[in-house]
Amino acid sequence: MPVLFAHALVQQSYSTLNPASPQARLVDRLGDSMFITAAVVFGLVVLALLWAVFRRRDSDEGPAEDARREWPLRTSALVATAVTTAILFVFLILDVSVGRSITTNPGKGALQIRVTGHQWWWEVQYRDSLPKNWVTTANEIHIPVGRPVVFELKSTDVIHSFWPISLSPKKDQIPGDENSLWFQADSAGVYRGQCAEFCGHQHAKMAFLVIADPPAEFASWLARQRDTALTPTDALARRGKEVFLASPCVMCHAISGTPAGSRIGPDLTHLASRRTLAAGTLPNTRDNLIGWIVNPQVIKPGVRMPPNQFSGPDLLALVAYLETLK
Amino acid sequence: MCSRFRDSVILSAVLALSLAACQREERNFQGLPSGSAVANPKVREVELVPGGNVPADSRPGPYEENAYAVSQGKTLYNQYNCSGCHFQGGGGIGPPLMDADWIYGSRPANIYETIAEGRPNGMPSFGRKIVPDQIWQITAYVRSMSGLLRKDVAPGRTDDMQVRPQEQSAQKAKPVQSAIPKSAEIP
Amino acid sequence: MSAPSRTDAGRPADDDAVRRQLDETWRQAPGIWGWLSSVDHKSIGKRYIVTAMVFFILGGLEAGVMRAQLARPENSVLGPDAYNQFFTMHGMTMMFLFAVPVVTAVGLYLVPLMIGARNVAFPRLNAYGYWVYLAGGLFLYISFFLNTGPDTGWFSYVPLAGPEFSPGKRVDVYAQSITFTEIAALVAAVELIVTIFKNRAPGMTLNRMPLFVWAMLVQAFMVLFAMPWVATATQLLAMDRLVATHFFNPAEGGDALLWQHLFWFFGHPEVYIILTPALGFVSMIVATFTRGPVFGYPAMVLSLLSIGFLSFGLWVHHMFATGLPQLGQSFFTAASMMITVPSGIQIFCWIATIWSGRPRFSVPFLFVLGFVVLFVIGGVTGVMFASVSFDQQVHDTYFVVAHFHYVLIGGSVFPLLGAFYYWFPKITGRMLDERLGRWNFWLVFVGVNLTFFPMHQLGLDGMPRRVYTYLAGTGWGRLNLLATAGAVLVVLGVLLFVINVARSLRRGVRAGDDPWAADTLEWATTSPPPPYNFTYIPVVESGSPLWERSEELAAVSGLRTDVRDVLVTTLLDARPDSLHRHPPPSIWPLLAAVATTILFVTLIFTPWGAVIGTPLLLLTLLGWGWPHGRDHREQRMVEQTG
Repeated sequence: MPVLFAHALVQQSYSTLNPASPQARLVDRLGDSMFITAAVVFGLVVLALLWAVFRRRDSDEGPAEDARREWPLRTSALVATAVTTAILFVFLILDVSVGRSITTNPGKGALQIRVTGHQWWWEVQYRDSLPKNWVTTANEIHIPVGRPVVFELKSTDVIHSFWPISLSPKKDQIPGDENSLWFQADSAGVYRGQCAEFCGHQHAKMAFLVIADPPAEFASWLARQRDTALTPTDALARRGKEVFLASPCVMCHAISGTPAGSRIGPDLTHLASRRTLAAGTLPNTRDNLIGWIVNPQVIKPGVRMPPNQFSGPDLLALVAYLETLK
Repeated sequence: MCSRFRDSVILSAVLALSLAACQREERNFQGLPSGSAVANPKVREVELVPGGNVPADSRPGPYEENAYAVSQGKTLYNQYNCSGCHFQGGGGIGPPLMDADWIYGSRPANIYETIAEGRPNGMPSFGRKIVPDQIWQITAYVRSMSGLLRKDVAPGRTDDMQVRPQEQSAQKAKPVQSAIPKSAEIP
Repeated sequence: MSAPSRTDAGRPADDDAVRRQLDETWRQAPGIWGWLSSVDHKSIGKRYIVTAMVFFILGGLEAGVMRAQLARPENSVLGPDAYNQFFTMHGMTMMFLFAVPVVTAVGLYLVPLMIGARNVAFPRLNAYGYWVYLAGGLFLYISFFLNTGPDTGWFSYVPLAGPEFSPGKRVDVYAQSITFTEIAALVAAVELIVTIFKNRAPGMTLNRMPLFVWAMLVQAFMVLFAMPWVATATQLLAMDRLVATHFFNPAEGGDALLWQHLFWFFGHPEVYIILTPALGFVSMIVATFTRGPVFGYPAMVLSLLSIGFLSFGLWVHHMFATGLPQLGQSFFTAASMMITVPSGIQIFCWIATIWSGRPRFSVPFLFVLGFVVLFVIGGVTGVMFASVSFDQQVHDTYFVVAHFHYVLIGGSVFPLLGAFYYWFPKITGRMLDERLGRWNFWLVFVGVNLTFFPMHQLGLDGMPRRVYTYLAGTGWGRLNLLATAGAVLVVLGVLLFVINVARSLRRGVRAGDDPWAADTLEWATTSPPPPYNFTYIPVVESGSPLWERSEELAAVSGLRTDVRDVLVTTLLDARPDSLHRHPPPSIWPLLAAVATTILFVTLIFTPWGAVIGTPLLLLTLLGWGWPHGRDHREQRMVEQTG
């Protein structure tokens, strides 16, 4: 299992050094130029230091009271200061210009997605002019390639930070505030993001996936997400639905098309269409789902979902039902 | 005071302080085991019972001194919509929880039973919908609403609009047995 | 008072008699009582340094456990709750209990000696400051051992640290322990400012002051302006948690960002408060070990002042990801880049000093070289952080962790270790072992690079800060293991330092007054100095009082030796102005600190704490300030005869 997951993760891009959007690329290039300059400056300073320390001296040289030595030293220090100031000024200009590029309003054609941070999962909502077309899902965000996407960032509890790593710099989600960021994915792929503001016990395991699809695939994904959950045909799955509705699950989770409508925890309507469970912590497999339902505290100690007691048959039925929620 | 007496006083104060602190700050993520006896306190539902009187369950609740659990209880109280009938303790559809009147008993085991089994006249039975560990957390929180928990354990304010003073400042309301309110009597 | 003389002619023939009488007047009382009631800045300074180093080791152990947890993915050394307490304690210990107190303590020890004074300006206040610091540290650690250690990070953002999401007393302990350390820091700041302004030896004009004294002066002013803001912030937080105020509650008109502004307005100057004395250490060491004064004294002083001033204009760079308006953020980019210039000037001047001098490769000098390398690395990544958009990628990742450890360890700990090797002979009368010192230096230098350089890459690869573990598939395991290996080296290096100190205290080579042939006034007295610092207060005639003298140092004569009289001089030119009668040893500062502790600790449990603690505190202050009959009459006599 870990090997499979490792392989799956490696497929995902999650480094700032692999930018996958024009915005992230601008920042990466700025970072590169600053890094190179920094390395050169460091090298020069160390060289100057080593020269100063190890240069050959006559045995009777004394401190630089000597006017002969004072003038070149003073000039060098002044030149070094001037060069430092000039470099900093250049970077200031570069930074302001990159900042403006990545924050300028992307215009009306952008897709709007609302991401609300919770302890310790992501609520993702696609709104529409028709409320019945709203899609609420969790932890996995699909976006169309090549179209700007604006994220409205909120939080219901503590400060989180939405960081799609290779797609965009981060922006905090502050309760009582609404922030936003936008970017545009260059190419299709699976991109991992993280929460980037310490938010309590499971800050470490609060990841999300951004999946960039070609526009047609994105549209069909969104259409499927708009559907309510299918009524299961399989007997085991039907039994599982009964187990779900009779158990503590409905106190926190919603499955549209059933009486379960609680918004406290992640929406499960299309659980089986997601690649991971528990905010990017586990691959979405049957065994992981069983393990998570029975005792989430082993996997993410401190998470709000309690351990659950089910009989063996009930558990298998429940999982069979959840696996039909594509 | 003599050295040994003074030492033992200091030692017991330190121990008391440590135990209090350790219990208050404990974060027990696994919670209480669901199948254990603690999940089923032995509290009478009705007075009439064969075989004579059953002593009331006077064990302290498991979370009376655990600030983390009480705080979780407060969150659950709002998330599971207890506030829908009891509001923030002032009552409305359901009876107030922040006053001294208790219809079915104020001991932790009584409150647990109230939540788990439900009560006549409108209190639903949550026993199959909320795991026992969480019911104990809510129980502890309910007791804090009338000041029955220690000040350092009771929760502070939430980050919402304030509709009640914080439970930490609640004056302890000595529990009093009350009758079923007139509005709830079956006509 | 007679005019100062240049030769022995004006002095009494029997220097020994003078010394005996001074010793009688200035020494602390014997035994434990003497230690508890001491008002000698050296005695207090030494215990301050030792206490801070103990906290350093505790903080390092916490880091060691954290590194053990992070060495492998999904490790089980620490669960999330324990890890949160550990990283918070590590941060608080290092920032509040080690970094500021240790440089302050070295300053409190050295500054009176460097300026030719007998003690700091307010001896009992100095003692009070130490006891309050010790109480704060003990309060924090006892709480930690009682599972009540803070667990929301050393900067404890709300709403996570607010009443709803941090139940119990942990964050209250956070808020209140900061109050203790902040009082201690303010006390030290007041001491340093007044002592430096008013107690310098005659002739030590401001432009003849050693650069370390300038550094401590700048740092003290920074403390004075920065510390009250963390006090404010923590008290507002405590009030939100204990009495349901709404400072940080957005639903009732408060603002979660307010905490960040208040905290970082303190927090950014705080790191320069830690850095500035270290810059002073470096100046002293560079001068002594290149056998010449530091190049460009006016530039050095002005750059210290600029750093102090500019550091108050940078704080928003900690908040670049919070969605503040872009134009405003750009001002802070400009300011954050600007502060590189005075730091750079300091480094260029040091390099010029080394270039024009004759370096001696003793251990203190090695640490200075290490400082330059590490601090420049930290500094250039700091410039990268000044850029808003780049910051928004690496903020709250291990890139930040790498940056600040380079600037803190490189910029402060290395000069500190160098300072210990340099001044250990003065403080204890014995030299530290050179060979062990070299091993110490190289182990720590290599270890620090091995631990923290990989963290730059980890941050760029997406590893956030403050995570108790990470998944195997992220690929972060290898670099984390490397970092843990580096940490082992650092631990070994610090261990060698401790062994060096322990051995040298007993068997180190005995040091004379001036084993390094250095230039500042502390080397003009014995090692260790007597309780009265100098037999005769020197008169300073240049910026290089020891190197430039042709004969014996001139001295002040006519001061009484049978009472604790201290010479007060004018601010700019250090002309003798008046006398100040210093108090004898007193137990009241300790009692006042105990009362302060009772007040603060009970307050987080009940408002009645104010009712219990305040009268106690007032009582102890009363005892502290009660005039001593005989001294009071004598003081009036002195003032009348002027």
